[in-house]
Amino acid sequence: MASPATAAVENLPQVLLLLHPAAFTIFGEEHFTSPKFRFLKAYESSLPLDEFLAANARSVRALLVSAATVVGAGILDLLPELRVIVTTSAGLDQLDLAECRRRGIRIASAGDIYSADVADCAVGLLIDVLRKISASNRYVKNGFWATKGDYPLGSKQLRGKRIGIVGLGRIGLQVAKRLQQGFGCTVSYNSRKKKNPDQVPYPFYQDVRELAANSDALILCCGLTEQTRHAVDKEVLAALGKAGVIVNVARGAVVDEKEMVRCLVEGEIAGAGLDVFEDEPVVPKELMELDNVVLSPHSAVLTRESMMELARLVVGNLEAFFSNEPLLSEYEDD
Amino acid sequence: MTCSSVQVQPYLLEALEEKFTLHKLDTTTEPDKAARFLRTHRDSIRAVVGTAFVGADAELIDQLPNLEIVSSYSVGVDKIDLAKCKEKGIRVTNCPDVSTDDVADLALGLMLAVSRRLCPIDRYVRSGLWSKLDFFSKQFSGKTVGIIGPGNIGMAIAKRAEAFGCPISYFSRSQKPACINYNYCPTVVDLAANCDILVVACALTPDTRHIINRDVIDALGPEGVLVNIGRGPHVDEAELVSALLEGRLGGAGLDVFQDEPNVPEELFKLDNVVLMPHVGSATVEARKAMADLVVGNLEAHFLNKPLLTPVV
Repeated sequence: MASPATAAVENLPQVLLLLHPAAFTIFGEEHFTSPKFRFLKAYESSLPLDEFLAANARSVRALLVSAATVVGAGILDLLPELRVIVTTSAGLDQLDLAECRRRGIRIASAGDIYSADVADCAVGLLIDVLRKISASNRYVKNGFWATKGDYPLGSKQLRGKRIGIVGLGRIGLQVAKRLQQGFGCTVSYNSRKKKNPDQVPYPFYQDVRELAANSDALILCCGLTEQTRHAVDKEVLAALGKAGVIVNVARGAVVDEKEMVRCLVEGEIAGAGLDVFEDEPVVPKELMELDNVVLSPHSAVLTRESMMELARLVVGNLEAFFSNEPLLSEYEDD
Repeated sequence: MTCSSVQVQPYLLEALEEKFTLHKLDTTTEPDKAARFLRTHRDSIRAVVGTAFVGADAELIDQLPNLEIVSSYSVGVDKIDLAKCKEKGIRVTNCPDVSTDDVADLALGLMLAVSRRLCPIDRYVRSGLWSKLDFFSKQFSGKTVGIIGPGNIGMAIAKRAEAFGCPISYFSRSQKPACINYNYCPTVVDLAANCDILVVACALTPDTRHIINRDVIDALGPEGVLVNIGRGPHVDEAELVSALLEGRLGGAGLDVFQDEPNVPEELFKLDNVVLMPHVGSATVEARKAMADLVVGNLEAHFLNKPLLTPVV
C-alpha cells in the first residue's frame, strides 16, 4: 500500500522530459523541483521513445525541453493532451512552431533572462580573438614567454572598429550598447525588419552581404529560422574579408560552417569566436588547431546568475500553468 | 644612441636606423657584451630608447656622460631614474594616451575572460571534453568594478564597465570631480571589500609598490577577482600566488609581473587565472603610434624644437 506521501506525489501533475537538460547536470536538478509537479523522465527508460510515450505520457499536459530537444509533429502526435512547452532556451528553433500553434500548444521561453550573459560572451569572445587572450594565456602557461620571447605582435585595436550585428533583438541590442557606448566601436545591423530610428540609432543594412562588406567584425545574434539558415555564406564571408572576424552566439546553422572553416584555415578571414556549431557537440577538428579562433561549448548562458534566474522562471512557468494562471514568459508570435 | 632589445617592433627599429645611428644593446641576455660595448661607445651616445622592460637606471646614466635624452617606448617610466635625469638635465619622454584605449580594452577582456572562464572552456572544447562540461561561470554584467587610480586608463576602464551596467568604485589619494557618479573609497582595503573585481590602473611609484598586499587580497576574498594592467610590483606577488593556490582569492587576470618574463609557475595550472605576456599596449595600431612618438620626440630634441611628450 502506498504511503500518503507517495500517493500525494503520485497525484501531482507530470512534466515530461525527453532529454536530460544540461541545466540539471550543471546547476542541479534540485533547483527545478516544486511541490506542485513532478518530472516524468523519458530518458531514464530503456524503452524506445515512442513506446515509452504511448505507455506513459498520453495524459501529459506539460513538456520541459532544452535547446537540444527537437520537437516536431511526430512527438506531438504522441502527446495528445499537451498544452504547454516550457523551454530552458531563449531560442525556439528546435520546436515546430507552426505545429504547436495549430494544436493550440502554448510556449514559454527563457525570455530576456540570458540577454546580458550572451552579450557579455559575444563581447568577451570578440576581445579574446582581437587581443589573442586565450592564445597568449596558453603561450605563457606553456612557459614560452621566458623561453621564446615576446608574443608575436598581431593584436588589433578595438576602438573605431566597425561592428555588424546580425539580428538586433534583445541580445543584439545589448551587444551594440556595450561595443558602441563602452568601447567606441561603430555599430550597424541587419535584422528581419528595420527598427524605429528614433529608438535604434544604428545604420540598417537590408542585406547581410552588404553589412559584412562594411564591417570589421560580424556578430551573429539572430534566431535560427528558414530565412537565417546559412545567412552567413560564401559571399558574406568573402565580403567580410581577410581582416574580418566572426563571432557567433546565435545558432551554428546561421553560418555555412564548412565554408567558414575553409576561410579560417586558408586565411580568408582573420579569426572567429564561436559558441555554437552546426552539429553540436561536434566541432570541426580544423578549428581545434587554430590560434585565431576561440571556442566555447554553447555555454554563453551558463552563469550561476542565469541558471538561478532560469530555475525560478521554469518553476514559475510550470506552477502558473498548473494553477491556470498566466505564464510568466509566454512566447507571442509576431 | 642605444636601444634596449626585447623584441622592439621592426617598424620602430627601421625608423630609428633611418634617422639616427642606432646601436642595439641587450643588457639582459648578454650583459658582458653590453658592458664592453658601453665602455667603447660611451662618449658617442646622446640618446637612449627605453622600453617598459629596460629603461635607463642610475648605473646606465652614469656610464653615458653625453646622454641628452631618454625616449621611452612605453607609458610607464618606472624603469628610468627620473631624479637622476632631472639632476643631470637629461630630458625624458614617454608615450602617453596612444595606448590608453588598448590597455583599457585588455582590462575588460581579462575581466570577461576570468569571470566567464573563456580560457578553460576553450581548452575543454579543444580537448574534446564538451560533453564533460560540468561547471558554470560567473556573470560579469552588473558586478561592481573597483578601480585603483582613476587616471586616463582608469577612467577608460570605468567607461567600458559602465556599458555593462557595472557600478564603479575607486580609490585615489583624494576624491576626483570627474568621478562624481562613482563610489569613492578612502582606502584600498575598503575598495577591495566593496567590489567584485579590483583593477590596478595607477602609475608605479614608491607609494604604490605592493599596493595590493595580503590585507587587500583578504578583503577582496574568495569570490573576488584581481586584474593587474599596471606594473608587476604593484602586487605582492608571493602573497597573490599563495592566495590563489589556497582559494582565498577567486581569480586573477594578470598582464604584468614582478620579474618579466618570468611568471610564477604555480599559476600555470590554475583555470581561474589568465596570464598575458605584458601586451596591454601591444596592438599593431598602438605600437605604430608609440613608435612615431619615440622618433618624433628624438627628432624634436635634435632639432632644438619643443618635445612632443616630455616627462622631465
